[in-house]
Amino acid sequence: MTTTASTTQGEVLPPPTERYTVLGWLKKNLFGSWLDAILTILAALFIAWAVYTGANWVFKTARWDVIVNNFALFMKGQYPTEEAWRLWLVIYLAAAIGGLMWGVFVRSREMAGWLLLILPLLFALAALALGSNVWINVLLIDVVALVAYFLGRTFPKQLQRPTITLLLLYLPLILLIVRGFGENGFMPQVGTNFWGGLLLSLLLAIIGIVFSFPIGVLLALGRQSELKAIHWLSVIYIEVIRGVPLVTLLFMGMVMLPYVLPAGLRIDNFIRVAVAIVMFAAAYLAENVRGGLQSIPKGQYEAADAIALGGFAKMTRIILPQALRAVIPVLVGQFIGLFKDTSLVALVGLFDLLGIARAVLANPNYIGTQLEVYTFIALVYWVFSYGLSYASKRLETSLGVGER
Amino acid sequence: MSEPVIICRDVHKWYGQFHALRGIDLEVDKGEVIVIFGPSGSGKSTFIRTINRLEEHQQGTIIVNGIELSHDVRNIAAIRKEVGMVFQQFNLFPHLAVMQNITLGPIQVRKWKKKKAEEIAMQLLERVGIPEQAEKYPGQLSGGQQQRVAIARALAMQPQIMLFDEPTSALDPEMIKEVLDVMVELAESGMTILAVTHEMGFARAVADRMLFMDAGSIVESGPPSQIFENPQEDRTKLFLSQILQH
Ligand SMILES: Nc1ncnc2c1ncn2[C@@H]1O[C@H](COP(=O)(O)OP(=O)(O)O)[C@@H](O)[C@H]1O
Ligand SMILES: [Mg+2]
Repeated sequence: MTTTASTTQGEVLPPPTERYTVLGWLKKNLFGSWLDAILTILAALFIAWAVYTGANWVFKTARWDVIVNNFALFMKGQYPTEEAWRLWLVIYLAAAIGGLMWGVFVRSREMAGWLLLILPLLFALAALALGSNVWINVLLIDVVALVAYFLGRTFPKQLQRPTITLLLLYLPLILLIVRGFGENGFMPQVGTNFWGGLLLSLLLAIIGIVFSFPIGVLLALGRQSELKAIHWLSVIYIEVIRGVPLVTLLFMGMVMLPYVLPAGLRIDNFIRVAVAIVMFAAAYLAENVRGGLQSIPKGQYEAADAIALGGFAKMTRIILPQALRAVIPVLVGQFIGLFKDTSLVALVGLFDLLGIARAVLANPNYIGTQLEVYTFIALVYWVFSYGLSYASKRLETSLGVGER
Repeated sequence: MSEPVIICRDVHKWYGQFHALRGIDLEVDKGEVIVIFGPSGSGKSTFIRTINRLEEHQQGTIIVNGIELSHDVRNIAAIRKEVGMVFQQFNLFPHLAVMQNITLGPIQVRKWKKKKAEEIAMQLLERVGIPEQAEKYPGQLSGGQQQRVAIARALAMQPQIMLFDEPTSALDPEMIKEVLDVMVELAESGMTILAVTHEMGFARAVADRMLFMDAGSIVESGPPSQIFENPQEDRTKLFLSQILQH
């Protein structure tokens, strides 16, 4: 070969790099022409004005006392303060599972960075807003997450199964903790009518996700079934539910159910809206999963048949793992939508985050604080939605979603 | 002489109105190596896929290993356990590592212990020459390596019969040999093989019988010597002259 000499290390040419001075960069990107220059200046003026006005409002005009004074209400509704430690426990569990998952599956060091970085921020916020023992809990939660993360990172193989088991057990466990049992004792029962605020929003979202998932997958499989009865039942369910707004389902659950049920049988409001949310989400999930199923090439079914796999093993080992993996990004998007959709329960009289906001605003003491209150709850929704979206993106990359 | 391991009598298959198989008769003895060739669309794939019921035939009889293919799901499962298949497009399971691709069938269907299945999988990977790839995923392998994994996956079920449907047609030229070498070794080991392929070197080297298919029928069959040196049918001659030109 004639090129052998030039392929030795030292002689490889580096790719050409463009070098800019600050001025050069400015000139190229912002002031390339008269029009560019004018637009740049206008945009800069607008940004400056927006930042100034925003900061002025945040730091001078806004009455944040409405948030500070009602913080506990926003977070947990009427859940009794003596029992609030149970909610902390729920968060500790979440931190442990989250840390483990990050350590076992994602394995990037970023997590540690985040925790070390977020920590002081949360500190400041917590101390500012809530005083007393809150910051100790925040600190400990952070430590739990970090420890779990390092454990997961160190023993990824051994901890993979326990982590998944914990994840599956999370919902029943927290329902047990939040609801409690018995009249008194160490975890007395707290009725669902006391659940409120962010607690209620999150519980509804988690229930919606966890229950709609298997139902949606079954519906998707049902829709593909060769048994006509199952196929048509699935199609009818999916299309009917998808044709109805969630609010309508919620109203039907709240207003119509009592007429249909025998007198005397009352179903908890929480359960009614939870069922409506699950039914609604399952139909959409089924359609998304169907998209995944359709993306699986025929050859995969044939290869599974050729090694004599039965129908169940073929689905659970070959088809579903690939189909679900292909639609993880879509499903995450759907789950984020579901979390935000739980705010609709405020319209049927439940006190989720939005419901609490409306209740607080109805208090004469806080007249004129709409902007503060809605900014705050928007921020809370955003933090959770973005957090979920970010975490799932990382999980997707490390699970190789989208690669075949 | 024992019973033939595959018996096909007057097998017909229609895709809608299209008559894809028009009365196939064939008996295959244990250990026989059969090469099927013929123009594209002549029904070669359709035919070998009826043998493990990836396609359903609508008329005639197929008996594999003494079991007749019928609508009885148990019969189909029993036959599929004894018949391994290798596809043109490999069809490996992309979400499973090579080792899991190979052991899935034995563990799920043959109910072997994981350890035993993995030991045998390792032996098979050595046999096809890629023991070092056990932990990789199919997407990380070359086409030739993937096809060898596919062969190992089929062999892991310890089948009596192996079906190959153009196993080298999707491969880059430099990888064809590594797959053919494995197939030759398999043929010489006494495996009963039905292979659709146009690798005439392979046919000449190991085939006991060659079948020329056209328009859904077996036009001519005979040992390689006859097919290559003294074909009886004009269609066979014409086809051979076309593919052997180069
Ligand atoms: N699923 C199918 N539906 C309709 N026609 C088919 C189908 N599969 C194959 N055919 C037709 O049957 C004929 C034989 O196909 P095939 O067995 O794949 O041929 P070969 O493998 O010899 O190239 C072709 O004309 C093809 O178009
Ligand atoms: Mg073919």
